[in-house]
Amino acid sequence: MWNQFRNPELIGKITAKLQKSRTPMHIMEVCGTHTMAIGKWGIRRLLPDTISLISGPGCPVCVTPVSFIDELMKLKGVTICTFGDLLRVPGTKGTLEKARASGLVVKIVYSPMEALKLAKRKDVVLAGIGFETTVPGIALTIKKAAETGNKNFSVLPAFKTIPQALKTLLNAHDVHLNGFLLPGHVSVVIGRQAYDFLPRDYQVGGVVTGFEPVDILTAIHSLCMMAEQGKPEVLNSYKRVVSNKGNIAAQKIMNEVLEPSDAVWRGLGEIPDSGLSIRKEYSQYDALVKYGLEITDCEEKQGCRCGDVLQGKITPPKCPLFNTVCTPANPIGPCMVSSEGSCAAYYKYEQ
Amino acid sequence: MCLAIPGKLIRINGDKGLADFGGVRKEVGLTFVMDEIKKGDWILVHTGFAMEIISDEEAQLTIQALDEAYHVEPISES
Ligand code: SF4
Repeated sequence: MWNQFRNPELIGKITAKLQKSRTPMHIMEVCGTHTMAIGKWGIRRLLPDTISLISGPGCPVCVTPVSFIDELMKLKGVTICTFGDLLRVPGTKGTLEKARASGLVVKIVYSPMEALKLAKRKDVVLAGIGFETTVPGIALTIKKAAETGNKNFSVLPAFKTIPQALKTLLNAHDVHLNGFLLPGHVSVVIGRQAYDFLPRDYQVGGVVTGFEPVDILTAIHSLCMMAEQGKPEVLNSYKRVVSNKGNIAAQKIMNEVLEPSDAVWRGLGEIPDSGLSIRKEYSQYDALVKYGLEITDCEEKQGCRCGDVLQGKITPPKCPLFNTVCTPANPIGPCMVSSEGSCAAYYKYEQ
Repeated sequence: MCLAIPGKLIRINGDKGLADFGGVRKEVGLTFVMDEIKKGDWILVHTGFAMEIISDEEAQLTIQALDEAYHVEPISES
């Protein structure tokens, strides 16, 4: 099939340009889908030694703290609805999948609306994980629950927002970054302009980009140019999908139902204002309130270095458990569970 | 997990619609694209909600990429 975004000639040309680049670059790809695409296309092998790509915290499953799973497991007698990947993420007492065997009711849904439908008949808690791509749909579902007066439905919120996570990474002094590949589908909702703080406050550039090799290579090239010329900015090379302002209708519903709050990230700990909680007006749909739950920062499993991986401090193969004890078939940490986790992507593509 | 999947909108009914994902038809919420949507549009769908309207070319490209990256049906039934 015709595809300009995979044109080998074009890939060759951009790669040749990149090979000439001499400025040392540490570029973070924020989004798990980019991590997958970079592995799949062998992008790392096309780059000179001076350019390193570091995987970031952009996989919602991977940044979900241990205690979120632990709290869900307390919900006996309730139907827990979740998106697929979360099932195999270990909490302190094992995975949701295993807990099913001892009577926990867990159902995989493809849409939050499915969970709401189920709540016509029984008590349902939706595991509310996700970034700005996923959050508007859940917010809208809460609003629909309120409109229809459904009393059985609630959401355990562990929503995260990307811009604040980037700020935290930039504020941390042990990870030096000079450019970001910005997530495609999160940006559909928040828009290109949500990243304007990068050049303004941190003198770092970013490119919102798609998932094809030409998309990714061009973005890397732009970031190198910005660094060389000392002119950081935020470019949108995914205009075919992402706009400057994002999806206003989705933002509006998010703001109506949710408000900024502190959130616990696996590996990063609690970050002020980096999450979204359910507003008081909708507290009857907040599983934290309804069931008296609390999400806290707690210890990683012995030896798992997901925290360091998520912050770009180490690459997955540097974790002693990688491909020895920890494999996709027997994951120790969430970064190996999710198909978009850095450890899983390295396991599949980079060995 | 933030991946959105292209589907073709074949019916509109208020703030909901029916979209076709390579033969699998699913109900999708249209609230976030209400202002501009029309029947026959390609939409980028995430967890049952249309997040954006996209062009034919972009839809084909994404479908192809998904096929290769995941070797799975774009939407799996639970
Ligand atoms: S390889 Fe496994 S144990 Fe090591 S950081 Fe990744 S998920 Fe954790």
